[in-house]
Amino acid sequence: MAVPPRHATMQSISNGNTAQGNDRPPTQQSQQQSQQSPGLRVPSNRKTIYDRHLNRTRNAELSRASFAFLFGEMVTYAQRRVTGIQDLEKRLNEQGYPLGLRLLDLLFYRSTSTSSSALSSSSTSSSPPNRPLRIITLLHLIHGPLWRLLFGRAADALEHSVSAETANEYMITDNDPMVNTYISAPRDMNMLNCAAYVAGIIEGVCDGCGFETKVSAHNQPTELWPSRTVFLVRFGDPVMEREKVLERAGIK
Amino acid sequence: MSDNTRGVFSLIIINKAGGLIYQREFQAGLRKLSTNDYLVLAGTFHGVHAITRSITPKIPIAQPTPSPATGTTGPAAPGYSYPNPGVPVSGLDYLETDKFRLTCFQTLTGTKFLLFTDPLTGSVEGIIQKIYELYADYVMKNPFYQIEMPVRCEAFDRHLGAWLRGRT
Repeated sequence: MAVPPRHATMQSISNGNTAQGNDRPPTQQSQQQSQQSPGLRVPSNRKTIYDRHLNRTRNAELSRASFAFLFGEMVTYAQRRVTGIQDLEKRLNEQGYPLGLRLLDLLFYRSTSTSSSALSSSSTSSSPPNRPLRIITLLHLIHGPLWRLLFGRAADALEHSVSAETANEYMITDNDPMVNTYISAPRDMNMLNCAAYVAGIIEGVCDGCGFETKVSAHNQPTELWPSRTVFLVRFGDPVMEREKVLERAGIK
Repeated sequence: MSDNTRGVFSLIIINKAGGLIYQREFQAGLRKLSTNDYLVLAGTFHGVHAITRSITPKIPIAQPTPSPATGTTGPAAPGYSYPNPGVPVSGLDYLETDKFRLTCFQTLTGTKFLLFTDPLTGSVEGIIQKIYELYADYVMKNPFYQIEMPVRCEAFDRHLGAWLRGRT
């Protein structure tokens, strides 16, 4: 019976570990194993992204060109077997949604660490920031910190619907969405806005905070900003009811 | 208003198979050709470019006096080389009349940019480099653009026009 070579090396590693000491925690074991098999997953300096501090890449910049190519491929991928523009936007939205859910934790983690470092200098608030409870706090979180985390700048406008019938609608405007920089949709698909992906991210962030929402991206070009995009945030009825209760209770 | 774009008349982009994929004029009052004529122009230029590249004369090396008339024999061929062996043969680079100048820039992938300018316009190389940059950005990074097909990218048109207008 032939033992596969990979299995054999794994066994020899674990044997070596037991020889050194059996009470090693399993995490250390697996780390050692990953260190001994350099490949695509382990860089040459043997530091995987899990070894780095989360704040390390805080101010790091990424190549815009590689993002553009990656996002272009994502759009091409989403375009396969779609029935129409709405279907394509739905797919892009679904690609962004899990990112929003995960990003929220990173955002909170980084904002707590900054506030604690600011705390040592200013010492105004003693508790770390809570997750937003009210709609306005949530929207400010998206408009400011989230946008800065994603694109390096705040969004351009935040508005509330003027009509009383659509009081659950809020608009976040980006004059020049980074994801659409190099994309020009063909003329027969001029309704398409690939920032539906960003809308998915917003939806994920809102859902992660416990606000049920539907977010969609719409083209609103102006003379000065040809790719101006409005993200329409529609909160669900339970959220609006809760909002009223919280308002009466005076919670901010 | 035409003063700002003075010097640059029009741009043609030819794909590596010799097909016309982009044509745009930057000045009013140019004589228009029909779409078919532009396609013929692109195809003809592609052919002429290939011919000029293949007729680039070689100079003899090693042998001191080979006669070109007997150069058809096989063994003489390795004795010839291009004047600058390190530099690839480029073919037709520009074509000048007293009214306009046509500059051809071929990318490493075989796409050709043809720029028609005023003969007095300086730094045409710089203009073509910028056009190539815009092409690489707004055409090649556009997921809706199909390689080798006609360029219909609104962002490319917009940025190209804006850049040429802003250039003094």
